[in-house]
Amino acid sequence: MQTIKMKNNVYLLNGYSMVGPLEGRGPLREYFDYILKDDTLKEKTFEKAERKLLQSIITGAIDKANLKIGDIDFFFGGDLLNQIVSSSYTARELEIPFVGLYSACATMAESLALSAIFVDNGLANNIVAGTCTHFSSAERQYRFPLELGNQRPPTAQWTITGGGASIVSNIKSKVRINAVTFGKVIDFGIADVNNMGAAMAPSASDTIKAHISNMGKKIKDYDFIATGDLGKLGSEILIDLMEHDGVKLGKNYADCGCMMYDKTERVFMGGSGAGCSASVLNSYILKKLLKGEFKRVLLVSTGALMSTTTSQQGETIPGIAHAVELEYVTPIKPVKKAIKSKEKKND
Amino acid sequence: MEKEKRNANYNLYVESKMPKTKAWPSLFKAFLLGGLICAIGQGLFDLYSYLFPNLAESEVTTCMLMTIIFITCFLTGLGIYDVVGAWGGAGSVIPITGFSNSISSPAIEFKKEGIIYGICVKMFTIAGPVIVCGVVGSIICGIAGFFI
Repeated sequence: MQTIKMKNNVYLLNGYSMVGPLEGRGPLREYFDYILKDDTLKEKTFEKAERKLLQSIITGAIDKANLKIGDIDFFFGGDLLNQIVSSSYTARELEIPFVGLYSACATMAESLALSAIFVDNGLANNIVAGTCTHFSSAERQYRFPLELGNQRPPTAQWTITGGGASIVSNIKSKVRINAVTFGKVIDFGIADVNNMGAAMAPSASDTIKAHISNMGKKIKDYDFIATGDLGKLGSEILIDLMEHDGVKLGKNYADCGCMMYDKTERVFMGGSGAGCSASVLNSYILKKLLKGEFKRVLLVSTGALMSTTTSQQGETIPGIAHAVELEYVTPIKPVKKAIKSKEKKND
Repeated sequence: MEKEKRNANYNLYVESKMPKTKAWPSLFKAFLLGGLICAIGQGLFDLYSYLFPNLAESEVTTCMLMTIIFITCFLTGLGIYDVVGAWGGAGSVIPITGFSNSISSPAIEFKKEGIIYGICVKMFTIAGPVIVCGVVGSIICGIAGFFI
């Protein structure tokens, strides 16, 4: 089945998020763990900056979970640069066994889902799952030089600088991973690379529907459903698509790309990039879950699986969406009481 | 077959939902910026004609263009021209400033990949098509002119 339910308890022990200065001015600024003042991170190239960013995120997450690098069994992750170099070079520095993954902007959910399955089956104790993106390195690879005075179409999105990493573990915490759903690759024939939201919305719709039906749940059973980076237009299309199939997304639905920036910033349809859902998950969503303000969350990271070559050859854009269901678990306090009452009986 | 129909319908639906660029404000901005650049060019032309009265008109034009190209490259390097271009659109692209920016911006961007594979190879990634079209166009016109 597309949805895999966890047999044992798998927890999201902790997470760490780091974003660039522009994202740090946005509505989620209080939730991020670290906001960069300088997006070059004092490196000579943006590719190096992206690597340093990812390395800081991974070590940040390990530190925050009170673990050491030696405690981590695997690093599951990827990024948007060709041959996922940022993650590979980060893994070279960290010396943690590395599983490189790519689902474009859906990499966070994919890494998280595979980590959960590994831990659930007793193949590992602690896994770090993380990804990040950098606006400037993505622009260099996918679009135009930064200093070119061109205009963007209104449907364009803004690749975020930032990312996040989560520690998936069998150590008990307040956030449990319930189930994961791997999405199908779906292509509704959108060929415009400046309209990724529209290309990815059908796959998000398919994964959400598959997940809730396999879990026997309804939309209202979730406190929060977050898509990765559909943007404003993409999320409106998703709402329409779901409604067409008789599933109504309510106020509990939001898109990480739309949440990222202040309304006054010139970012068109909102944020995008693998780091988008990674940073929002490990800041806003995780903090709300840890406080118990969210009881059950469905994270649906969305990715567009084209390359610059396929786009130039006129191919349409296939989309993918992976989902991870997270749940707040109340810390079990009655254990102590039970011991005390036993002690009393013994007395 | 069914998929093709579904895709066609979806594309139509997305098209109807897509926000469109507002034509009039864009045209106005482009007119304003393009006009300003041309006015600066004319100002420089008049200035050079006044300062160097011995120069022929074509030489004055060359000097003016060189100055404009230099200013654009300089502003590109300072990270100002992309902001101007994003505001003014075609107003910044059509004059020679657009051409200058399209060559200098990849040169700056790909400097890190080295002089040969970075600057030399990537310099014309954006301006290349313009040059090719220009050359091909002039060949066609030249041949046509020969027979007329």
